Amino acid sequence: MHILVLSGGLSPERDVSLRSGRRVAEALRASMPEVEITESDITAETIPSLESNPPDCVISMVHGSVGEDGSLRSVLEALGIPFVGSGSQASRIAFDKGVTSSLLPKENIPRFVALPQSFFKEMGANSVIRTIIGDLGMPLIVKPLTGGSALGVTKCVVDTEVPTALVTAFGYSDFVMIQQAKTGIELALTVIDRDGSPQALPPVEIVPLSGVYNYDARYTAGATEFFVPARLDPAIESKVKKFALMVHENLNLRDISRTDVIVESDGNIWFLEVNVAPGMTETSLVPQALLAADLEVGRIFAELIQGAIRR
Amino acid sequence: MSPPARRKGFTREGYLFSGHKGYYSCTMSEQMGSRLDPWVESYAQRAQGLTASAIRALFAVASRPEVVSLAGGMPYVNALDADQFADITARVIREQGNTALQYGSGQGDQKLREQILEITSLVGVHSHPDDIVVTAGSQMGLDLVTKIFCDPGDTVLVESPSYVGALGVFRSYQCNVVHVDMDEHGLNPEALRSALAAHNNVKFIYTIPSFHNPAGLTQSQQRREEILAIAQEFKVPILEDDPYGLLGFEGEPPQAIRALDDQNVIYLGSFSKTIASGLRLGWVIAPHGVREKIVLAAEAATLCPSNFVQLTISRYLAEQPWQQQIKMFQELYRERRDSLLDSMQALMPDGTTWTIPEGGFYSWVTLPEGLDANTMLPRALTELVAYVPGSGFYADGQGAHNLRLSYCYPDPDRIREGVRRLSTVIEAEIELVNTFGPPPTSLASPKTRFFTPQTDIN
Repeated sequence: MHILVLSGGLSPERDVSLRSGRRVAEALRASMPEVEITESDITAETIPSLESNPPDCVISMVHGSVGEDGSLRSVLEALGIPFVGSGSQASRIAFDKGVTSSLLPKENIPRFVALPQSFFKEMGANSVIRTIIGDLGMPLIVKPLTGGSALGVTKCVVDTEVPTALVTAFGYSDFVMIQQAKTGIELALTVIDRDGSPQALPPVEIVPLSGVYNYDARYTAGATEFFVPARLDPAIESKVKKFALMVHENLNLRDISRTDVIVESDGNIWFLEVNVAPGMTETSLVPQALLAADLEVGRIFAELIQGAIRR
Repeated sequence: MSPPARRKGFTREGYLFSGHKGYYSCTMSEQMGSRLDPWVESYAQRAQGLTASAIRALFAVASRPEVVSLAGGMPYVNALDADQFADITARVIREQGNTALQYGSGQGDQKLREQILEITSLVGVHSHPDDIVVTAGSQMGLDLVTKIFCDPGDTVLVESPSYVGALGVFRSYQCNVVHVDMDEHGLNPEALRSALAAHNNVKFIYTIPSFHNPAGLTQSQQRREEILAIAQEFKVPILEDDPYGLLGFEGEPPQAIRALDDQNVIYLGSFSKTIASGLRLGWVIAPHGVREKIVLAAEAATLCPSNFVQLTISRYLAEQPWQQQIKMFQELYRERRDSLLDSMQALMPDGTTWTIPEGGFYSWVTLPEGLDANTMLPRALTELVAYVPGSGFYADGQGAHNLRLSYCYPDPDRIREGVRRLSTVIEAEIELVNTFGPPPTSLASPKTRFFTPQTDIN
């Protein structure tokens, strides 16, 4: 059997993706020593190579566009190659934070607008920004509509910060999301499909020492404190797990997903985003959830591979 | 145990509290957080700045062949005769294996130190082999000099902008880095005098007088004399970094400041740009007392430089026409410099300015008003062109409006294509800034924080 782990690509998350791919491949080699595990960057050679030498299963750890927007997965579907993770259509929906938010219960979505760069130019940025702030209030989170690793994300406390935040966000996406900022406990909720049914893993509570879970806080060991399981009372833990399962199922996600939320002091859950190719680096959240559930990365992916091949 | 105090619905320990629904809070002893690094509380203060950075991570894309990288400072080693090198290294092992594979002198191989003086004589530095310490690249020399001179909080004066790798060293020794303005002739004497007068704990003045990285500027002979006179007046040594001195495009190489004064100038040299950066060999030429301390510090750091590499370079210098090789590099880099400058002249949007290097690897670009090179970088990478944002060359948050372009590695056609892509990106950025307005001054600095260098963008 031959398993191909794809990672890298040209997205701003290339570095994270390469590290995720390497970690998953190494875990698989340890848990499936009899299986050939290869790793590859995605390039113009990828599709011809898949055609001439199709692996038995692909694991895509390509983050950002191509990897998570459904493009690569639609190619794998067209080639008939089994792969771990959500299908192309579900990925496409999950990749767009605006579309995803519109498909989930309203009471869990912080109010937002999603707009293209051209709209600000056409309508006058000052007027648009003033109107949005008048409606949503401050503070606001300005972020690219697509992409991960908190790249291009800014929390704006005062209105004068918004234009600069928009310029930053447009560096990563042609659309931006301007959303009410919520405060509370930040949680990462992993869902894994096991034996045909989704299972929510222990929530990971994220406490960045700087106060902001930005790129530096995500990928510098020591910069963030994690509590796994999160310091929630049992009823609220159960509630957030159910929420993650609901997101996984409502969006038709498959195999593995990570939903990021904020839980307010009254137990109210605010959805932030969902990831179909969550990071698997040394400081990533899913590996911590797996560890807390007494599960091994290699063994879980081996299970998911078997499921993908059977599909 | 008394019940925890409520705070906005959380317990004092920060646990979610929902007692009104019959839930209960847990106690601190039940849960311990993890920071994923058991030694996180043990690191020295100097390690505080060693963090991940989004800008640094973005450079992972620059290594892809689709991307025209005008970011890297990598010498074009493909121009070397690989067969000759293979032959030399094979003979070093065969004929001098017992020495090459053994420990050696902490100060470096005697013969190589004599040969280094042949090289430095081209920039007017005539010294004694005993004054030389061979190091693992001039970067190690920079580290050693800083180590023996600087306690935490000591001030180092550097050009504005300065070499990213030097800033990393100064930061790791917790130096107070003060940038001194440059003009078209390099380090500004009046600004230098003011900085020396304003700080009483300046340990040295760090300068790259020839074909500056990143500014692409070269100090005139008069300017070198003025700077030296000021340093002598204030009794502060100069640390002269000269990796590009032999890579001028016109006339004779500029004479080093060290050529004017062998007591107040510590000179750093390197084989990285004139032979090959992968060999990792450089040198320090220092006054007697300083040299003794550097040797001891070098021995503490690495015991000795690689004997194998030293003997390989020594043979190369003895057997190969190395001056012709340098001339070939000069021609190659001049052609690439011309390609960069011609392309920028033809394509760059109005309001963009750049320096015209007379040697070395780099041109320093100033973006049109309101543009931020950090914010623009992901857009540039999407368009498959890479540069280094100017903020990497400052320790104090300046540089947002600048970027460094290097022409040393891509061939002239690729450089032209890179500039074409970059000009498109800048034009799109101008439109973006016209839409949203330039960032308020108060917001410009915090974003442009220092990022640590990586070897291929040095």
